[in-house]
Amino acid sequence: MKKPELLVTPIDVAHIRDLAEAGADAVMIGEQRYGLRLAGEFKREDIVEAVKVAREHNIKVYVAMNAIFHNDKVDELGDYVKFLADTGVDAIVFGDPAVLMTVREVAPHMKLHWNTETTATNWYACNYWGRKGAKRAVLAREINMDAIIEIKEHAEVEIEVQVHGMTCMFQSKRSLIGNYFEYQGKVMEIEKRKYDKGMFLYDKERDNKYPIFEDENGTHIMSPNDICIIDELEDMIDAEIDSFKIDGILHEREYITEVTKKYRLAIDLCAENREEYRKVKDQLLAEIEAIQPVHRPLDTGFFFKETVY
Amino acid sequence: MMIAKNDKISEIINGKRVIVKKPELLAPAGNLEKLKVAILYGADAVFIGGQEYGLRSNADNFTLEEIAEGVRFANKYGAKIYVTTNIYAHNENIPGLDKYLKGLEEAGVTGIIVADPLIIETARRVAPKLEVHLSTQQSLTNWKAVQFWKEEGLERVVLARETSAEEIREIKEKVDIEIEAFIHGAMCIAYSGRCVLSNHMTARDSNRGGCCQSCRWDYDLYKLDSGKEIALFDENDAPFAMSPKDLNLIQSIPKMIELGIDSLKIEGRMKSIHYVATVVSVYRKVIDAYCADPDNFVIKKEWLEELDKCANRDTAPAFFEGVPGYKEQMFGVHSKKTTYDFAGLVLDYDKETKMVTLQQRNFFKPGDEVEFFGPQIDNFTQVIEKIWDEDGNELDAARHPLQIVKFKVDKEVFPYNMMRKGH
Repeated sequence: MKKPELLVTPIDVAHIRDLAEAGADAVMIGEQRYGLRLAGEFKREDIVEAVKVAREHNIKVYVAMNAIFHNDKVDELGDYVKFLADTGVDAIVFGDPAVLMTVREVAPHMKLHWNTETTATNWYACNYWGRKGAKRAVLAREINMDAIIEIKEHAEVEIEVQVHGMTCMFQSKRSLIGNYFEYQGKVMEIEKRKYDKGMFLYDKERDNKYPIFEDENGTHIMSPNDICIIDELEDMIDAEIDSFKIDGILHEREYITEVTKKYRLAIDLCAENREEYRKVKDQLLAEIEAIQPVHRPLDTGFFFKETVY
Repeated sequence: MMIAKNDKISEIINGKRVIVKKPELLAPAGNLEKLKVAILYGADAVFIGGQEYGLRSNADNFTLEEIAEGVRFANKYGAKIYVTTNIYAHNENIPGLDKYLKGLEEAGVTGIIVADPLIIETARRVAPKLEVHLSTQQSLTNWKAVQFWKEEGLERVVLARETSAEEIREIKEKVDIEIEAFIHGAMCIAYSGRCVLSNHMTARDSNRGGCCQSCRWDYDLYKLDSGKEIALFDENDAPFAMSPKDLNLIQSIPKMIELGIDSLKIEGRMKSIHYVATVVSVYRKVIDAYCADPDNFVIKKEWLEELDKCANRDTAPAFFEGVPGYKEQMFGVHSKKTTYDFAGLVLDYDKETKMVTLQQRNFFKPGDEVEFFGPQIDNFTQVIEKIWDEDGNELDAARHPLQIVKFKVDKEVFPYNMMRKGH
């Protein structure tokens, strides 16, 4: 049975080695100048190293260029794409059509993955971006399992689904943390903490904690829970979904590596020995529960939840 | 790269510079009455939502019959109707789309405002007469992305609210496509289309019209430090908030016209008829005055005051004039009560007897000072004397919603003029 690729976001080059050994088939890296909400910051020299390490381990490297670009960066996209093509990365992840236009111009053979985080919500849109040049669509996190499988049935492109970790709920161009400190008259805090990674918003009514951080791309607010569906992989493996992603953003490297090992085992068993998978899946979930940080409860995201409008 | 040849914006005529490329003033309407008012008060085009595929599932929204009636009304005034079909569709929304878009084409609307490629391509296939405008939900922020959508054949793009004047200038220089930009109304604090707070907090899909405005709520900001939660606020601080002030670009209209922006858009399909009338009439006056004599143009204080009479929140120029700071957000404030109520809609006026026939829209009584406004008149205030009902019975107050009443008004007023009352 066809196995989905296991895609993980590493923290640095050394971590790629750990993840490859833990069973990752691919990694997504990049720098915040071009990519959104990455687990680690990979400058050009790191990307060169990353590709070398990946080749040694026979895994793939995808680079994020999924920022929302304003005019000021448009002219440098070509140079970055050329660099990525020369370095031999396996695909570029984009959301902004400016990247697609640039790739057509300077590296027409480069593989493209379409990922806007929130707007890949139907099969037609996935195929549309496929006709424009994308080889893969990364589905929005806010759709359910049935919709994912229906999209896969109609898809002319590869389909990637996030199976683990936190997801982005919000991106603003405004400096919302900095603005709050400024409103409070704590100008010192802006320098000191604006770019800290440990901040969260507390929602009293729901008793939820939403991680919030700022970077070059603005302010990002993340989901209060980590998705974990290690025990619910059967339908998507049967549907031959092409890639499962573990997003490690705001997690420790050891945590990401451990989670990768467990999904590796779960995917292998689910594809090769279904009975055994059914026996151990609850145990695998319990093992992840056991290493879960206290402020990050697990849930199943929108896989089994309906939204109204 | 081909540099687009933009239309000439101004010309010298009889020794005086005048604007020859006048932008479209585009207004929102939540129902047929608001559509008519928007056009009567000076909108060149109106955008409305149908029963499906639009982003305000709580608004009244138009049936196809009402859309057709709106188009007939608009046609009489040379105005255009656009329909918002800017959801990001899920698979389950695909059935029925063909029929819906054909219905819009048959109703005679000029164009649709769209975000999802599914709807763009379906419209091209089944309703080719419809213009297709790219919605701000696509968060279009650079010229190269605009170039992409031009090559896809779109007639117009609505830019992201995050674009600045300088960025719009560059987009206009590099791509020959109609540009629509917001000038007034409520803002998303997030990049549009990239916020699913509502989905996560209330299971309502923001990108299909279910947004519950979680960004207007209060939160507490903490820092996690070796497992300990440290509050980043003092007792006296207002909670963390990300509620943006409303957009107001009245001061920037001259700059927008000189940039050659094709359509100036007012937000607010959920807003009242009084709001639509007030905002449209002010911007109509600003655009007309500037275009007639750009070099001697000054913003009148009365225009600013007029806009304030219907404001729901404090306002700010947002991204057009640079990235907004903390003063363009509201902390500890949830809304600003409007200082005026919409009190009545003029149905008729008898010049002989100076009697107005008016439909009541809020409580008023003899002795109240009220203000009349409308496209044909300069605002004036008046103290109400005796009030009668339709049958000539004297009333101690007009307290019944939509009741038809009569009373004396010294200056001439016209149907669809409005009467407002201060608090």
